[in-house]
Amino acid sequence: MLKRTPLFASHQEMGGKLIEFGGWELPVQYTSITDEHLAVRQAAGIFDISHMGEVFIQGPEAEAFLNQTLTNDARKLPVGGGQYTLMCNELGGVIDDLYAYRLGLAEYLLIINASRITEDVSWLEGRLAQFTGRAGVALRNASDVTAAAAIQGPRVAEFIDACFPGPFAGGTPVLRAADLRKNQVARTSLSGAEVWISRTGYTGEDGFEVVSPAEVIVEIWGRIFEAGLPYGLKPAGLGARDTLRTEVCYPLYGHELDDHTTPIEAGLGFFVSWDKGDFTGRPILAHQKAKGTTKRLVAFKMTDRSAPPRPHYPIWSSGPQAALLGEVASGTQSPSLGIGIGMGYVPTALAKVSTPLEIEIRGRRAPAVVVSKPIYRKAD
Amino acid sequence: MANVPSDLKYAKSHEWVRVTDHLGVVGITDHAQHELTDVVFVELPAVGKTVRAGDACAVVESVKTASDIYSPVSGEIVEVNATVATDPSLVNKDPHGAGWLFKVKLSDLGEATGLLTPTQYAAQIGGA
Repeated sequence: MLKRTPLFASHQEMGGKLIEFGGWELPVQYTSITDEHLAVRQAAGIFDISHMGEVFIQGPEAEAFLNQTLTNDARKLPVGGGQYTLMCNELGGVIDDLYAYRLGLAEYLLIINASRITEDVSWLEGRLAQFTGRAGVALRNASDVTAAAAIQGPRVAEFIDACFPGPFAGGTPVLRAADLRKNQVARTSLSGAEVWISRTGYTGEDGFEVVSPAEVIVEIWGRIFEAGLPYGLKPAGLGARDTLRTEVCYPLYGHELDDHTTPIEAGLGFFVSWDKGDFTGRPILAHQKAKGTTKRLVAFKMTDRSAPPRPHYPIWSSGPQAALLGEVASGTQSPSLGIGIGMGYVPTALAKVSTPLEIEIRGRRAPAVVVSKPIYRKAD
Repeated sequence: MANVPSDLKYAKSHEWVRVTDHLGVVGITDHAQHELTDVVFVELPAVGKTVRAGDACAVVESVKTASDIYSPVSGEIVEVNATVATDPSLVNKDPHGAGWLFKVKLSDLGEATGLLTPTQYAAQIGGA
């Protein structure tokens, strides 16, 4: 029996093509992936992300606990601030990548991948049991009672305030949602329920993400549609979510990240803090930072018209002594660029921009080239 | 409602064939293109290749999936649609016309009678 978010009926009404995704029944698209992708790049799109996980961590020792468990520095977070961070095991392998928000002086919210909720909560509880300050930390997995939506695109800021009239009474002190800056989060209410809204996203566009109790997400979805339709808002599914994040090289757990890949290998060293003290995985990550890694994540673009590269397609080096280097982690036809793009791990020596590669597609190798990240950039 | 032209024969795997004399023109149906949505790439068989009915001989790719295309008839590939190679969206815009994929010189003229009629195919796709 597949799990359904509170918005299931809305997806059906809007003609969503429902598929199985990590045990959930969610729309891969409503009209077409290309259509929805371009709507987000040009105007606005809304995604149901209620399947994601929400863990609240509170108490006087919460910050210290997070700093020992996650790679980024929670001390940098003001009340109402958020940061991208990673949770590693003792070998530096990524258990999950996530966002951490500081909701109050001693209150944090972690937004975790839907596919990792069980593993993450189990890991956090295990870490907490070992943490000397555990009496000062309360951990609550609210994933089953919490819903969320992401509203992304250059026009969202024009209508988001109509959906959330305020007042805003927690997090970053703002008068309006549109006053939030990137990575800031604020609390408002709707029908008596506490709603958190952040200026964050997974598409490379401006946008907001809204977290609420499950009971009010249908109302939120309706309000956003009513306000956003005149601005070109479209519902967008998992397919567009994937093409959007691949274009800007955001990793997806299970593709670019897994528990035997480190943040350094994935090129995410920026989100590892070295001056906050010890944290799980630090010794191996520090070694990799100092000595380098054997493999590195690269972004690539196909150089000729070809079938799109897809996950698990082999990556070869170019030239007469071609060697098998690895496999595609994420790959697709880029709706914005009209060419095949992707990411994959190659030996570090070949991870330089402009290195030629070949992607094996149905037994034939097609030429590609390593490019810098992000693959898609808005024209200034 | 998918368009199901009455002058074609259909395979269960959503290909159509238009038979004139010894030649069969093959493409994918309106229902199929609607399911795939945006076709971004088409891989066509080599001219001269021999195919048997049911052989996978082409690939149509959308953003999310690569779909095998099966020849509904046996024979030799005598022509492929070069226009679809440069503009894959033709498969979506005109699946029974300009979006045709390849032409087969039929080795068995009676074979097409075993395929689905328009009525049978429409029933298979549930009149959707």
